[in-house]
Amino acid sequence: MNAESFDVAVVGGGLHGLSAALHLARADRRVVVIERRWTGRHASGATAAGVRTLNRDLAEVPISLEAMAMWHRIEEIVGDDCGFQAQGQLNVAERDEHMPALVQREARMRGLGYAHEELIDAKELRRLVPALSPHCVGALVARRDGAADPHRTILAFRRACEAEGVVIAEACGVETVDRQGEDWLLVCGARRFRAPVVVNAAGAWAGRLAALFGDDIALGVRASMMIVTERLAPLLDPVVSVVGRALSFKQASQGTLVIGGGLQGAADLDRERSTVNFRELAKGARAASDLFPAVRGVRIARCWTGIEAQTRDRLPVIGASPRVAGLVHAFGFSGHGFQLVPVVGSILAELVVEGRTRREIVPFAPQRLMQERVAA
Amino acid sequence: MSNEHSDLSHTDLLIVGAGPAGMAAAVTARRHGLSVRVVDDQPAPGGQIWRAVETVAATPRLARLGEAYRAGVDRAAAFRACGALYEPQAQLWQIEPGFRAFLTREGRARSVTAEAIILATGAQERPVPFPGWTLPGVLTVGAAQILLKTADSVPDKPVWIAGCGPLPLLYMTQLLAAGGRIAGFLDTTPRGRLGPALRHLPQGIARFGDLLKGLSWSLALKRAGFPIIRHVAELRADGDGRLESLRYRSQDGREAQVAAEVLLVHEGVVPNIHAALALGCAMQWNAGQHCQVPVLDAWGETTQAKIFVAGDGAGIGGAEAAEPRGRLAALRAASKLGKLDEGAAETTARTERATLARALALRPFLDALYAPRPQVFAPADETLVCRCEEVTAGELRSRAAQGRPGPNQLKAFTRAGMGPCQGRQCGYTMAHIVAAVQGRPVEQVGFYRIRPPLKPVTLGELASLDEREPAA
Repeated sequence: MNAESFDVAVVGGGLHGLSAALHLARADRRVVVIERRWTGRHASGATAAGVRTLNRDLAEVPISLEAMAMWHRIEEIVGDDCGFQAQGQLNVAERDEHMPALVQREARMRGLGYAHEELIDAKELRRLVPALSPHCVGALVARRDGAADPHRTILAFRRACEAEGVVIAEACGVETVDRQGEDWLLVCGARRFRAPVVVNAAGAWAGRLAALFGDDIALGVRASMMIVTERLAPLLDPVVSVVGRALSFKQASQGTLVIGGGLQGAADLDRERSTVNFRELAKGARAASDLFPAVRGVRIARCWTGIEAQTRDRLPVIGASPRVAGLVHAFGFSGHGFQLVPVVGSILAELVVEGRTRREIVPFAPQRLMQERVAA
Repeated sequence: MSNEHSDLSHTDLLIVGAGPAGMAAAVTARRHGLSVRVVDDQPAPGGQIWRAVETVAATPRLARLGEAYRAGVDRAAAFRACGALYEPQAQLWQIEPGFRAFLTREGRARSVTAEAIILATGAQERPVPFPGWTLPGVLTVGAAQILLKTADSVPDKPVWIAGCGPLPLLYMTQLLAAGGRIAGFLDTTPRGRLGPALRHLPQGIARFGDLLKGLSWSLALKRAGFPIIRHVAELRADGDGRLESLRYRSQDGREAQVAAEVLLVHEGVVPNIHAALALGCAMQWNAGQHCQVPVLDAWGETTQAKIFVAGDGAGIGGAEAAEPRGRLAALRAASKLGKLDEGAAETTARTERATLARALALRPFLDALYAPRPQVFAPADETLVCRCEEVTAGELRSRAAQGRPGPNQLKAFTRAGMGPCQGRQCGYTMAHIVAAVQGRPVEQVGFYRIRPPLKPVTLGELASLDEREPAA
């Protein structure tokens, strides 16, 4: 069977793959997105969809701020507002001894010239989140942060891709990779794709995909757990996290509470499944009911986990393969990649089209996870 | 191995459900020396068929509810005496491999462990979506029968009944005996069903008594004198905030609108499969019963080792099939856990399998006669399919036509199936809509991925797990 030919083959139909495809198509590249199951099947469909600059690693702050500007005009980019609401994100201190860390963070950010993180006292905290337990003493807030609707976001990016002529090949798992002249030949069962450049956006399975090209990148896996409750009357606007506890707490526009925070279930990469660990998840329910006593009687509707790649330093891998021409990596977002989606697609398009990017991506270089592997 | 300590958190066997299958399994497993925990959401043993049988036994209601119901009195007594650790009014909401099961009782969550599990979670009524089915005043025959059994409650207004199958006939008989009134029966059995169904009758002749019972119900109902409209194909409920009238159309083209305050519907029952699905047990399509059933071996063991399904959850067979299925599962569990040698288990199993075969003899006839009418699976566009998230059939159809999304993608696109019922109300309708729109057989469409918890748990209850079981 003849291979279908493209300028770029993006492997992985999650949000990062779709965003890369969209930006590449807008740079007049013919793009195929090759997805083993369906778009947004894993981490993108399981995310809490926090749009957060707050408390980012310093290496991520520049691209995160650029992504935030894009989120505030996301409708211009993908034709839908993705359910994004900029109602702020807060990192709450429950006790006085939690405050120094927040004070230091704010001072450090201010010293570096960043103004998006702001320290607030108990009074302002109560004004922003009246439902919060009165024992909380203060918080760090990023007022332009917020959250989006993950499924709307997937659909919007997908539709924008299709409108630009991107071919989305679902139920296509890459089995083998071959170099044929200038091109990569990707064999996916009955279908074959040919392209001189491959973008590896395969999420939790990106390490395995990289290995097919000969890149050996050390990669771990996360299975972050989420709780969604029944719908309730408006309770709070911002997204709330807490110092020293694994909790992220927000109310979706449908009225459901969405509770996450990085508590880990179990991931099984071979079976493409992950499972909830309720004894662990109980900590999240405990934190939620401590901070918002009114929710103790609220019924849980669903819990789930999403599988995602995690790196040793919790920073993503974004950059061209140092060993193999025509291969660009973008994965390992370690539980906080959703907000970066619009900007990372743009970076990848630059890397593919111009061979370089004006953004600072040195901290995300794949080499940092490969050298050690070789040395070991 | 005794079950003397009620704080025991580990037993050899965990049985979910205290209906005919669960009780029979518990009695058998105890006889072979297994320690047994039985978790059930009702306040007393009996399941759906023998609901509240212990309390009703002392009242005149027992006679009115019929012979099959009365049989539950002895079963409940034997179960109570068997020495199983029985936890009524407990919601089991998650089972993790290994096995660790999570349950909530009296507002607190905790986990228990077991070597083997028998899921005896029975059946649910097949959801029947039609325009207006969510109006107050429209409920199911099964729900009305629960009120009759537990509270001796009879609707004070005459009720309309729409549907087919043995349950509406039985309920109407029970309702009349209890002094209730019936406004009319809209029999939805399609025309021409009897002929093909009769082909299954020779094998069902062993259940001649049941046939006679069904016939006697039908005759009694005819004598009662309320209108019976045959071959009703379409139904719609109207009203401002609650049911005020209903409209129907029969296959003969009879159409009418009648005033109605209560409408009870029933189109058969389907196995409760959520627990088995969540555990990753393989399913197969049962074409005769139009539902998914777990793939089971001759003992009722699923494709996951030491997880069994017994009772109507294994495929609809009624109480008399549920009991031998429960005993077979318990025998196999006893032999797998080293309490019974395989030869002895096999010998007893032969008798149980013969009992099971007799109990199922009439089932193909009933399945053929009372198969749901096509409209049950193809509701009009305006019909709410997902009650929790208020998604209509029309919305699902238009989404299903874009690409070839399966139920899980449609769930993400439309929110159908995301509510607290976990798709118990919309799962089959969704599957049939996808199949029809995409031109593929329904058995290939599959079902929603089931996400825990199996029953709603509050945040406070889940938090209580953190208190009782500090992190390791």
